[in-house]
Amino acid sequence: MTTNSRSAAPLLELEHVAKAFGSHVAVEDFNLAVAPGEFISFLGPSGCGKTTTLQMIAGFLAPSRGTIRLEGCDLTQVHPSKRGLGIVFQSYALFPHMTAAENVAFGLEMQRVSKAERAERVRAALAMVGLSGYEDRHPRRMSGGQQQRVALARALVIRPSVLLLDEPLSNLDAKLREEMQIELRQIQRELGTTTILVTHDQTEALSLSDRIVVMSKGRIEQIGTPQDTYERPSSAFVAQFLGKTNDFTARIEGAGPARIVAGGWSAPAPVGLSGPVTISVRPERIGFAETGLPGRVAARIFQGNHWLFQCETECGPAIVVRPNDGLAQPGEGEAVRLAWRPEDMSLRAGAAA
Amino acid sequence: MSAAATTALPAATPTVTPEPRASRAPLWLILPAVMLFVGIVLVPLAMTVLLSFHDWGQYKGIEPVLILKNWQEIATDPYYAEMFGRTLRIALITTLVTALLGAPEAYILNRMSGRWRGLFLLLILGPLLISVVARTLGWALLFGGSNGLANKLLMSLGVISSPLPFLFTETGVVIALVHVMMPFMVLSVWAALQRLDPQVEHAAMSLGAGPVTIIRRIVLPQIMPGVLSGAIIVFSLSASAFATPAIIGGRRLKVAATLAYDEFLNTLNWPLGAAVAVLLLAGLVLIVVGANALVERRYAEVFR
Repeated sequence: MTTNSRSAAPLLELEHVAKAFGSHVAVEDFNLAVAPGEFISFLGPSGCGKTTTLQMIAGFLAPSRGTIRLEGCDLTQVHPSKRGLGIVFQSYALFPHMTAAENVAFGLEMQRVSKAERAERVRAALAMVGLSGYEDRHPRRMSGGQQQRVALARALVIRPSVLLLDEPLSNLDAKLREEMQIELRQIQRELGTTTILVTHDQTEALSLSDRIVVMSKGRIEQIGTPQDTYERPSSAFVAQFLGKTNDFTARIEGAGPARIVAGGWSAPAPVGLSGPVTISVRPERIGFAETGLPGRVAARIFQGNHWLFQCETECGPAIVVRPNDGLAQPGEGEAVRLAWRPEDMSLRAGAAA
Repeated sequence: MSAAATTALPAATPTVTPEPRASRAPLWLILPAVMLFVGIVLVPLAMTVLLSFHDWGQYKGIEPVLILKNWQEIATDPYYAEMFGRTLRIALITTLVTALLGAPEAYILNRMSGRWRGLFLLLILGPLLISVVARTLGWALLFGGSNGLANKLLMSLGVISSPLPFLFTETGVVIALVHVMMPFMVLSVWAALQRLDPQVEHAAMSLGAGPVTIIRRIVLPQIMPGVLSGAIIVFSLSASAFATPAIIGGRRLKVAATLAYDEFLNTLNWPLGAAVAVLLLAGLVLIVVGANALVERRYAEVFR
C-alpha cells in the first residue's frame, strides 16, 4: 500500500522549514514529503526539535523560515482552527467538564454536523476505539488508557487529512503501551489516515511507522524505513539511538589486499581506508565462534527469550545478545571468541570513542 | 494534614495492637486551637445571641430577661427590611461586578509573559497592603461632591453633562467595595486557571473552535468553580463590610453592619444591635453554605 501511494503526489510537504527562538535554533532546514496514507515517526531525544516541528504543522507555532503545504496549498497563513488536522496531545487535553461523548462530538459541532449524524459518528468513533458504553463517563473517571482512546476518537471523528500524535503513549505503562501500539496501527491501516507520530521511544517508532525521521539537535539525521534506519544507520548518532550497538577499534593492515583486523578477527578491507577505523556491529549479529576477537564474559544476564552477555575484549567492551534456543551458553568469566559477518558491520574512520 | 498522616504511618505500623496513648495524641494536640476557638468565637457568639433576647430601655438599661421584643421589632418595622434589603443589594451588585471584571482580568493576567504578569499581579494585590480605611478615604476624595475628580473627569470626557452624586449613594459604595474586593476574585479565578491544562485550548482550536467558542465552551466552564468560590468570598465580605459603607455611605446610607454599630455605640441599645448582628451572621452563613453546596454539586466533575 505504501509503496503504491508514495509515487502519488505528496499530501503534506515541508520545505526548508526552520524555527528559531531568539538565538536558539530549534529546527533547521527540515525537508519532508509525506505520501497519502503514510505513517511517519519523528524520532529523537528530548530537545531535538520533533515536537516543535509538529507544532508548526499544527499551526501553534509559526515557522521562522520555509513553507508547509497540505494538498498543495500553503498552510502557513491558515489558522490552526481551519487546518482540519486531528491532534492527540501528550496530556490528552480532554475537556474535563464534558463526557466522553461530548468530547468526541465537539469537533463535529464546530463543523455544524447535524445532530443525528453527529450522534451516529460519535457512537461509531467510540466503538472503533473500544469504548462503547462509556459515552456518559467524564474523563476524570476513566483510566489513562481510556482517556487516550477518547482523545484518539476525538481526533479521528472529524476525518482529519492528517493525524498528529504528540507522544501519545508515553504516559501509559509498558503493557498497555504495547497494546495501544498494535491498536493504533490497526486503526490507522483501516482508515488510511496519514499519520505523524512524535516519539522518543525507538521501539514505538520501529514497530508503527512506514518511515522514520531520526532527528538530533534540530536536524534530520536520517529518513528511511524502520528496517533501513536500523540496519544501515547513516551516522553514529542514529546507530546509537536506534537500538544498541558495539563499537570496536580496528586497524587496516597489509597492502595489496588490505585487511581489517580487530584482535583475532579479520576481513577484507574496502579500498580507500587506512589507519585506525571503528567497526559498529549490532549485539544480535555477534556470535561465539572457534576463531575471532578474543574476550572474556564479564556478566551473563538471563532475559527470558534471550541471553545478554557483557564481554571485555582488547578492542573495547562488547554486548552480545543470543536467543534462548536451549543450547549451552558460556558462563561468567569464560574465555570466548567473538565473530560476525563483514556485511553486518558498518565502518567509520578513526578510533572508537 | 497529609504531612501529619505520612509521619503518623511509620510509627503505627510496627505495633500491631493500637496504643491508646498514641491514638489520643491528636486530641491533645488540637486542644489549644479548640480552646482558642471556643474562647474567642463560640463564647462571645453565644453571649451575643443571648443578648439579642434581653430587654432594653432608655433609663433602665439592659435587663437580663428572655423576650422576643428585639426580634419582633426587626420583623415588623420596615426600616430594618430596607436596611437588610440594601445590604443584600449592595453585596450582590458588588459580587456581580467583581466577577464580570475579575474573571477576564485573571484570564488576561494568566496569559501575560512572566515579567508583565509579576508587575500586574502586584498592582492588583497591592491595595491589600493598604488599610481599607485609607483606600476608602481616597475614594471619598475622588468622589467629593460635584467638584470631585471623578466627576470632573467624566464631564470633561463628555460622558455626563451634570455631576453625578457618588458620595452617600449606593453607586459610590459599590464602586469602592468593588475596588476593595477585586483581589479576592482575581486570586480565586487565578487559582482555578492554574489547574487548566494549557493544551486544552490548543485541542479545541484544532477541532475548529474560534476564540469566543473556546472561552465560552472550554475555559469558562472549567474556571466557573473559581469564579463562584470567589463570589462567595466577595459576597460575604461585602455584606458584612463596615469601613467602606461607613465612610462612603455615611449616616444617610446605612447597611446592616453600620446599623449594628450605631445601635451599640450611639443608641447604646445593645440587645437590638446584637439582634441585627446575629441576623446578619445567620443570613450570611445560610447563603454561603447553600451556595457552596450548590457549586460543589453542579461542578462535581470539575472539582474531582
